Amino acid sequence: MQTIDMASTELRELNSTLQAQAGNGDEAEWVIENSRGSHALAVGLDAPIKVTVKGSTGYYCAGMNKQANVHVTGSVGPGVAENMMSGSVIVEGDASQYAGATGHGGLLVIKGNASSRCGISMKGIDIVVHGNVGHMSAFMAQSGNLVILGDAGDALGDSLYEARLFVRGNVKSLGADCIEKEMRPEHLELLADLLERAGADASPQEFRRYGSARKLYNFNVDHADEY
Amino acid sequence: MCGIVGLFLKKDDLRPRLGDLLTDMLITMTDRGPDSAGIAIYGDDADGLKMTIQSATPDEHFAGLEETLTELLCAPVRMRVIDTHAVLTLPEGSEAEVRAFMTEKGIRVMGVGNSMEIFKEVGLPRDVAARFGIRQMAGSHGIGHTRMATESAVTTLGAHPFSTDGDQCLVHNGSLSNHNRMRRELARKGFAPQTQNDTEVAACYISSRLAEGANLGEALDGTLQDLDGFFTFVVGTKNGFGVVRDPIACKPAVMAETEDYVAFGSEYRAFANLPGIETARVWEPEPATVYFWER
Repeated sequence: MQTIDMASTELRELNSTLQAQAGNGDEAEWVIENSRGSHALAVGLDAPIKVTVKGSTGYYCAGMNKQANVHVTGSVGPGVAENMMSGSVIVEGDASQYAGATGHGGLLVIKGNASSRCGISMKGIDIVVHGNVGHMSAFMAQSGNLVILGDAGDALGDSLYEARLFVRGNVKSLGADCIEKEMRPEHLELLADLLERAGADASPQEFRRYGSARKLYNFNVDHADEY
Repeated sequence: MCGIVGLFLKKDDLRPRLGDLLTDMLITMTDRGPDSAGIAIYGDDADGLKMTIQSATPDEHFAGLEETLTELLCAPVRMRVIDTHAVLTLPEGSEAEVRAFMTEKGIRVMGVGNSMEIFKEVGLPRDVAARFGIRQMAGSHGIGHTRMATESAVTTLGAHPFSTDGDQCLVHNGSLSNHNRMRRELARKGFAPQTQNDTEVAACYISSRLAEGANLGEALDGTLQDLDGFFTFVVGTKNGFGVVRDPIACKPAVMAETEDYVAFGSEYRAFANLPGIETARVWEPEPATVYFWER
């Protein structure tokens, strides 16, 4: 295990050290201390390393992650795990706006609450939030799964494409073109796997599934005269 | 962008350190607003009325001012000059007369009250805090702002906090879109903004609501109905401290609370030096939700 102390390390040095692990296949463990809310910690990683960030972070923690498993012991600022490709990011505390935005793959787990726009424009990432999510979550979400153990705020899944949304608590309101859908056996199976991987103590049967009504994103020829 | 910070002490132990803690918070927010900085701090109650004034030519304007005002008001006036600002202690009831005097002399009134003092200038937050010796100031609560100007010029008067009534102040991250209409409505109620700045309109709005008898929570709630645009406001009153974000809540905000204090920051970084932050309750204030504390 190697420790990097942010009290005596420049941010670029931290990130270039971690990025330099790419390609060596080493599953080494790294610990980042004294994060003190710094921005852009552990971004652009491309190696199966395990990184523990002690404390809370600022903007864009673990952005553009590939392969790495990043664990934050505190809360994270806006844009955690933005555009993740693979690997995992686990946050013990809360996440601010647009957690997991545009993510293509991997698993993001928020053990506290996520605020507004969680999973906005997600493209294949799996996101599991143990608490609540704020308004406009999964806005224009294209694929992947967003699992919410708590409640969802206003306009969940507005202008949704093909992402699947699972909510255990209450949904304040659904966004345009987002509807409740039948929970079929394959969804229960998928959800059980996600909950297990996210360390969430919940039964898939307690959730409702939401998805796209598919009225908005296909051009409707009957509307041709309106343009 | 802009950065805002606030610290409201629940106990007296930290009072001597208020300015020191707020200065660290303010400097940390330099990246969010390097063009001006300001702070409003609630210290000990004055024996009379405190008025903070500012001049671009303090040597000229402040020379002999204490004596001139003592003579004018036929009552003792005290003056403490701090760089481009001075804090006057005036007899109660003399505000209107002194304001008229300052207007005539071209001296700006930054704020009045029994305990609030307000300091703001163009420049890096570190330099502004050092010029005014904010680190050495004690008090019960304070709010601060680092500015990246969008809606009006980079001037001392365009910097935050804005104070539009006794012991009241406001800082803002965002931009308002209905401030011109509100400006006219507020002027009719006797709360005419003095600058072209949109944030001052919000400060006037809250002052007008408080003057109408609303409590701090009700006044902040009113901003959600009556002000249009992006905002996170942090507000100070003589005994209170409040926070509200617009319903879209694009502007970042984080809060921390311990047994000793309530803190607000645009980013978590601002809290890094606060005592006991490791075990504080840290959360993001909900959109369109009023938070306030009063002692």
